[in-house]
Amino acid sequence: MSPSKFLGIPANFSSHGGQVDHMIDVVHWFMIALFVGWTVFFFYCIIRFWHKNNPKASYDGVRSHLSSHLEIGVIIVEAVLLLGFAFPLWAARVDNWKEVQNLNPNRVRVVGWQFGWTYHYPGSDNKFGRTNPDLISGTNDLGIDYTDPNALDDFTSPILKLPVDQAAVLNIGTKDVIHNYCIVPMRIQQDAIPGRQIPMWFTPIKTLETHVVCAQLCGEGHANMVGSMEVVPKDQYDTWFKSQTESALKTNSPKPPAVAMINP
Amino acid sequence: MSSHSTSITEHNDHDDSHHDDHHHELGFIQKWIFSTDHKIIGLQYGITALSFLAFGFYLMMVMRWSIAYPHQPLPEWMSWVFTDGWKARWLQDGKVTGETYNMFGAMHGTIMVFLGIVPLGFGAFGNYVTPLQIGAPDMAFPRLNMASYWIYLLGGLVMCSSFFFEAGAAKSGWTNYSPLAGFADGQVVNQWLAGQTQWLVGLVLLITSSLLGSVNFITTIINLRVRGMTWMRMPFFVWSMLVTGFLLLLAFPPLEAAGIMQLMDRVAHSSFFMPSGLFTKSEGLADLSGGGSPLLFQHLFWFLGHPEVYVLLLPAFACVSEIIPANTRKPLWGYKSMVYSVLVLGFLSFVVWAHHMYMTGMGAAVSTFFQTTTVLISVPSVVIITSMLISLWGGSIRFTPPMIWACAFIPMFGIGGLTGLPLAFNLADLHLHDTYYVIGHFHYVVAPGILFGFFAGILHWYPKITGRFMSKTLNHLHFWPTLICMNLIFFPMLVQGMAGFHRRWYNGGDAYLSKAADSVNVFGNTVAQHIDLNILMSSGAWLMAFFQIFFIINLFTSWKFGKKVTSDNPWDATTLEWATPTPPGHGNFTKEPITYRGPYEYSRPDCDADFLPQWTEPKRSHTLDTAVVSQEAASSKA
Ligand code: HEM
Ligand SMILES: [Cu+2]
Ligand SMILES: [Cu+2]
Repeated sequence: MSPSKFLGIPANFSSHGGQVDHMIDVVHWFMIALFVGWTVFFFYCIIRFWHKNNPKASYDGVRSHLSSHLEIGVIIVEAVLLLGFAFPLWAARVDNWKEVQNLNPNRVRVVGWQFGWTYHYPGSDNKFGRTNPDLISGTNDLGIDYTDPNALDDFTSPILKLPVDQAAVLNIGTKDVIHNYCIVPMRIQQDAIPGRQIPMWFTPIKTLETHVVCAQLCGEGHANMVGSMEVVPKDQYDTWFKSQTESALKTNSPKPPAVAMINP
Repeated sequence: MSSHSTSITEHNDHDDSHHDDHHHELGFIQKWIFSTDHKIIGLQYGITALSFLAFGFYLMMVMRWSIAYPHQPLPEWMSWVFTDGWKARWLQDGKVTGETYNMFGAMHGTIMVFLGIVPLGFGAFGNYVTPLQIGAPDMAFPRLNMASYWIYLLGGLVMCSSFFFEAGAAKSGWTNYSPLAGFADGQVVNQWLAGQTQWLVGLVLLITSSLLGSVNFITTIINLRVRGMTWMRMPFFVWSMLVTGFLLLLAFPPLEAAGIMQLMDRVAHSSFFMPSGLFTKSEGLADLSGGGSPLLFQHLFWFLGHPEVYVLLLPAFACVSEIIPANTRKPLWGYKSMVYSVLVLGFLSFVVWAHHMYMTGMGAAVSTFFQTTTVLISVPSVVIITSMLISLWGGSIRFTPPMIWACAFIPMFGIGGLTGLPLAFNLADLHLHDTYYVIGHFHYVVAPGILFGFFAGILHWYPKITGRFMSKTLNHLHFWPTLICMNLIFFPMLVQGMAGFHRRWYNGGDAYLSKAADSVNVFGNTVAQHIDLNILMSSGAWLMAFFQIFFIINLFTSWKFGKKVTSDNPWDATTLEWATPTPPGHGNFTKEPITYRGPYEYSRPDCDADFLPQWTEPKRSHTLDTAVVSQEAASSKA
C-alpha cells in the first residue's frame, strides 16, 4: 500500500492527479527510509551506549564518513525530485497555456465571496461578458455588464458542472477577500486573490459529485464555505449548457424599446 | 571528579571585577522587577513566556472542543473562566462560533509564536545562558535588555487585552492577510479599541523589543567574549543565539513596516494592501482609495515568517546540543560542520519565504527558485540533526531528566522536519497546501520538537539558577504522558491532512460531511471516514493539559524543596556557565575565567576525569591542549 493511501488520500479524478499522488508517495518513501534509518540508529545508540552498558565514552565517536554519504544521498534524491517531478510537472500546470488551448478547454469564471462560490459561464459564444463591481446588485451578483454583447448568453450557476474527459480552465477570482478554490479529488487548488483572475486547469477523467473546499481563511463562515461540483457525461453537459444559454439569452437580450415605454 | 569540578569561587581583588555595583544590596523592586541583570531578565522572560504559553494552550483547548463537538456547548470545566457577559457576546447557545474560533485561532498562533516560544528561547535561555557561556559579566547593554523585556510585556498585554473589548481580539489568522484583516473590525468606531488594530500595535511593540534584544545579543557575543574564547571555542548554543540575533535583526523590519502600513490602512484610510473594487455583502462596494496589493503583504509577512521559524527552532537546537555532550560524556560530534550549517541555515532562511505562497498563482520561474532554495535548506538541517544523532554513538549515556527530553527531541523533530519535505514541492502542495498535514508538520516541529528542547533546557540549567535539582519522579510523570499525548494529537493531523481536511475549520469538517450512507459525494465521504479522529486528537490535547500540572508543580516546589546541588558544576559539564557560583551573583564570575579549549572536552584520553572544563588551566599531561595553549599565548589580548 502506498504511503498516501495508507494515510487516507481520497481517490484521484483528474489526469494530472496521478502524478501528484505519485510524487507524494515517492517523497514519503524517502522520508520513511530516512526516519526508519535514524530511529534504528537512535534506539541502538541509547541502548548500546547507556552508561551501564558502556561506562567509558569514546572521545572520537564515529570516525567513518557515513554522515557525508547520507547527506550526499539526501541531496541526490532531492535533486531527482526537483528535476524529475517538481519542475516539469509544475510547468505543465502554469506555463503551458498554448497546449491547453489546443485541448479546446471549457472555461468557467469562479468567483468567491463571503461565503460561497458563483460560477460564470461564457455561454455558447465562449466569450465572457465584461464585469464591473459597480453593477453588482441583488439580481446580478457578479456585476455582469449586459451592455456588452458578449454578455447576453452568459449565465451563472451555483454549482460547477463540467463534462468528463475534457480539459477545463477555471479563472479563479473573488469579490471580497482572499479565498482558495480547492478540489481535493482533482488534486488542484488556486488562491482567489482580489483584483486578479488566476487560471487553473485540469482534466476530469471520471464522473463525480463532490464538495469543493475554500482553503484560505476568509472570515467567520470560512468553515462553511462549501462549494459543489459535478462532472457529468458529455451529452448530459451539452444539454444542460444549451438550455442555460438559451434561457440566459431570453432574459438578457435587450427588450424592444417600445416595451420599455409602456412601463414607465 | 578531580580538581575540575570546582568552580572559580575564590574572591578576587576588586580592581578585577567589572561591576562595582554588585556589592551593595539592591531593593526588591530593583533586584527583581526593574533589574538590568541579564539573569533576572532571563527569568522574567521565562516566567512571562511560560504564562503566555499556558494561555495559548488554553485557547487551543477551547478550539479543540469546537472541532471535536461542534454541536455541543462548551463544557463547564473550560467555560468557567468566562464571565456571563463574555459568554453572551462570544458563545451561541454555549457553543463556539466561527468568529470566536477565528479569534482564538489567530491569538493561539500569535501568542505561541511571538509571546511564547521566541521569548522563551531567545529571551529567557538566550539571556540567561549566553553571557555566562562567553564569560561576560552581563549583556553589552543592560538597560536596553531591560527595555526589551518591558516592551515585550507591554506588546503582549496590548494584544491580549483586546479579548475584553467589545470587538474582541484579532481574528484573521496569525498571518493577518489583507484584505480580510483590513475589513475585520471595520465596524468599530474607535479603531484603537479594535482587536485587529491592537494586534498591529502589539506586533510593532514586540518587533521593537526583538530588535533591541537582537542588537544586544550580537554586540555581546562579538565584543564581550572572555580571554581565549575564540569563535571556534564558542559553545554551539552561542552560535545559535548569534544567528538567531541576526535573523531577528534582518527579518523583522519588513514586518514592522508591513504592520505599520496595515495600521495606516486601518486608521488613516490608506490602501497599501487593499485593491480597488472590493464588494462585501455587508458593506457593498468598499469605500477605499484602492490600488493596493494583497500579495505585497504576504511577501512582507513571510519575509519575516520563514526566518521566524528558525528563530523558534535555533534556541531549541542550542539547548539540546549542550545537553547531549554533557550527558553522553563525549564531544558534540561534528561541531564545526554544525556551526557552518547553522550559518548556512540562517542565510538560506531569507530566500525561501515564498514557499508559503505557492498557491497564489506563481509562475514556473519563480517557483523553481523557491523550490530549489527550500530543498537546499533541508541540507543543513539534516547535517545538524544527524550530528546530534551521531553524537550519541560511543557515548556513556546518562539518562538524566534533561537528557530524556533531549533524546525525545531528536525523533520528534525528525518527524516535523521530514514532513516539511513534501511541502517544499509545489506539485505536492496542490494537494497538501493549507491542510492539516501542514498543521501536523509544523506542530511536530514546535510542540514535541522545540518545546521538548526547552523542557530539557529548563531541567538542565535549573540547578544553576536555583541551586536545586528538579524532581525526577515528577519529571517522569510529566515526560512520558506528554510524549504519548503529543503523538496522539499530531499524528492523526497528518492523516486528516492527507485526506484533505483543511485548517481553520471551527467545526472540524462538519460542513463537508456527507451524512447519508449512500452518498456519492467524494469529498463528503472522505470527511465522514476521518472526522472521528477529531475526538481522539482533542482528548489527547486535554489529557496533555492535565499532565502539564506535574511540570508546574515541579517548577515551583523544587525551588524550595528540590535536592540541593553539592557542587557548582552538578552535571560535570565543561562550558563556562558552570564556573560561576550557584546561583551566579550580579556580575556573574567571581574571577574572570580564561578559556583554554573547545566547549565539549569530555572523556579526553589525556585526562583522568571524563571532562575537562574550558576554564581549567592546562597541565603538562593535557597533551591535546598544547597546540591550542601556545596559539592562545601568542594571540592573547591581555
Ligand atoms: C502543544 C500543543 C499544541 C496544540 C495541541 C496545538 C493545536 C493547534 C490547533 C488545533 C490549531 C488550529 C488549527 C486550525 O484550526 O487551523 C493550531 C494552530 C496554530 N498553532 Fe498550535 N498547538 C499547540 C502548540 C503550539 C505551539 C507551541 C506553537 C508555537 C509556535 C503553535 C503555533 C500555532 C500556529 C502558528 C497556528 C496557526 C494559527 C492560524 O491558523 O493562524 N501551536 N494549533
Ligand atoms: Cu472562503
Ligand atoms: Cu517557511
